[in-house]
Amino acid sequence: MEFLIELWAFMRARKKFWLLPIIVVMALFGGLVVLSQGSAVAPFIYTIF
Amino acid sequence: MRILGVSAFYHDSAAVLIDDGRIAAAAQEERFSRQKHDASFPEKAIAYCLEQAGGGLGKVDYVAFYDKPFLKFERLLETYLAFAPKGFQSFRMAIPLWLKEKLFQKNLLGREFRKFDDGFDGREKLLFAEHHQSHAASAFFPSPFEDAAVLTMDGVGEWATTSVALGSGNRLEMIKEIHFPHSLGLLYSAFTYYTGFRVNSGEYKLMGLAPYGEPRYAGLITDNLIDVKSDGSFRLDQSYFDYCSGLTMTKPRFHDLFGAPPRRPEELLTQRHMDLAASIQAVTEDVVLKITRWLADETGASNLCLAGGVALNCVANGKVLGDGRFADIWIQPAAGDAGGALGAALLVYHRFMDRSRRPLDGQDAMRGSFLGPEFTQSQIEERLLRAEAKFTSMSDGETIAAAAAALADGKAVGWFQGRMEFGPRALGGRSILGDARSPAMQKILNLKVKYRESFRPFAPSVLAEDLADWFELDRQSPYMLVVADVAKKRRRQMSDEEKTLFGIDKLNVVRSEIPAVTHVDYSARIQTVHTSTNPRYHALIKRFKDLTGCPVIVNTSFNVRGEPIVCTPEDAFYCFMGTEIDVLVAGNCYLDKEDQDTSLKRDYKDAFELD
Repeated sequence: MEFLIELWAFMRARKKFWLLPIIVVMALFGGLVVLSQGSAVAPFIYTIF
Repeated sequence: MRILGVSAFYHDSAAVLIDDGRIAAAAQEERFSRQKHDASFPEKAIAYCLEQAGGGLGKVDYVAFYDKPFLKFERLLETYLAFAPKGFQSFRMAIPLWLKEKLFQKNLLGREFRKFDDGFDGREKLLFAEHHQSHAASAFFPSPFEDAAVLTMDGVGEWATTSVALGSGNRLEMIKEIHFPHSLGLLYSAFTYYTGFRVNSGEYKLMGLAPYGEPRYAGLITDNLIDVKSDGSFRLDQSYFDYCSGLTMTKPRFHDLFGAPPRRPEELLTQRHMDLAASIQAVTEDVVLKITRWLADETGASNLCLAGGVALNCVANGKVLGDGRFADIWIQPAAGDAGGALGAALLVYHRFMDRSRRPLDGQDAMRGSFLGPEFTQSQIEERLLRAEAKFTSMSDGETIAAAAAALADGKAVGWFQGRMEFGPRALGGRSILGDARSPAMQKILNLKVKYRESFRPFAPSVLAEDLADWFELDRQSPYMLVVADVAKKRRRQMSDEEKTLFGIDKLNVVRSEIPAVTHVDYSARIQTVHTSTNPRYHALIKRFKDLTGCPVIVNTSFNVRGEPIVCTPEDAFYCFMGTEIDVLVAGNCYLDKEDQDTSLKRDYKDAFELD
């Protein structure tokens, strides 16, 4: 939580809110990498089969 | 008030402890871990600093980190976006590392510090400084100047690659910055890569190679790669470089411009490589001089402080000094990232806490840069005995006399004394010494002791009081960061045949009374030795002068190629046994190679990964 507060404060100070969607998408993919323990696209491929 | 400064996670991790404004201890992690340029969290260096000051982390008021991870991440993201879809491979490698670890550096640091103190609270104690601010602080606050202009140049920090600042008392105001990807450090590193040396460590080699060549590519560089304005500001044409989006430094377009692919490591060096080295060196000097001239005109400052990796280019420093725009210049001896730990800690003390600087009396605050671990005579004896070394313990006077006699005899002497140096230079604490008058010494030290390339020059240590008699330099250079020429009267007249020699053939020509430290262009990277900062080393050279009439000796770092400089008596003994060093003098212990058990000999030639 503290990390998110600091990241928000950083984006405010730098006036770089446009970075937010990129970071969110990356965090999602990062989460998938951790969850799938491999490639970020693996969960999508597996659902096909 | 105690402040711990830390640099880590990129290259050259280090820790520094400031105690009431005085630099109490400083060391790089590589010296303890024995991994060259170790970038990991500097656990052992921190443990040393805390032990030196006593009281543990609980007694430390603030911990200062030398750069800002969020800003660096912002630069990374924006760079990838600017070059997308190129650079996906680099992006794929870098981003997981950031998402897993680097972005959460505050938490990571907190966890690491709690290993030293359970109650450590990062929210209260942990502060972050900008990378170039840290460099600028490390250059100005320990300098002997009350007021000065400050120039920092390196590869890249967060965004800044070059910055200028004004320092006065305990204030430090950043004035201007040049941002990534336009970087003089990275331009130099691109040529380091292109000429077959390793980026981040081979830059010294390129600088050493430059005097063998002619700057015949300088025009090509300034016409195509870099656009330099009259104030020294510059832009690089990114179509030639690969470091923003790729995994190397240069693109095929760069190779086409210079007519060949990059040299492979350990491939034969040709005249072309020497000319390339001379060319990038000339361009670097030109840019640095333009900036310092602008800085002198714009600020009216009479003193200049330098830091950042480019400030380790002592040839360029010598040109700035010789240019005479500043009355005096001072260069942080740990000018690379290790020095950032010092700068960050000093920023917290002077700017965040608003504490004034100590009276300086014309001396800098680095105390000769002897800020690392030291060992008592009994500790040295105990450790050497454990390593099965055979030695003789002597009095101070006997040790100095025996070491000086060995030097005068043409022997290579390992010199392990007092506190270890902070920064990349060995300054007489952890040094290998030799007779500067010997025409064979440069070759012997390069090939049989250091196991490094034969073209690389060695630096002289000279008694401060004898400087003017031997070198064309009119001020102190205690940190070996200024290059100047050997005095004309000490040079040897060259024959007509010798004058026509080219490239590496120049190497074997005796050019002066001190050929082992005279580079092919008569230059030398000078260290002046002072009784105030290193009385024992001064006494040794004085004794050598009494024996030979020469107050100059060869001083090179106590290590082999690829090895971090030795830290402990054991490190020194192992290096001594792994190389052709003839004599080791550790404290008052005198070790002759011939007395040692031959079964303890080690193969040091291939023991370390080549740099």
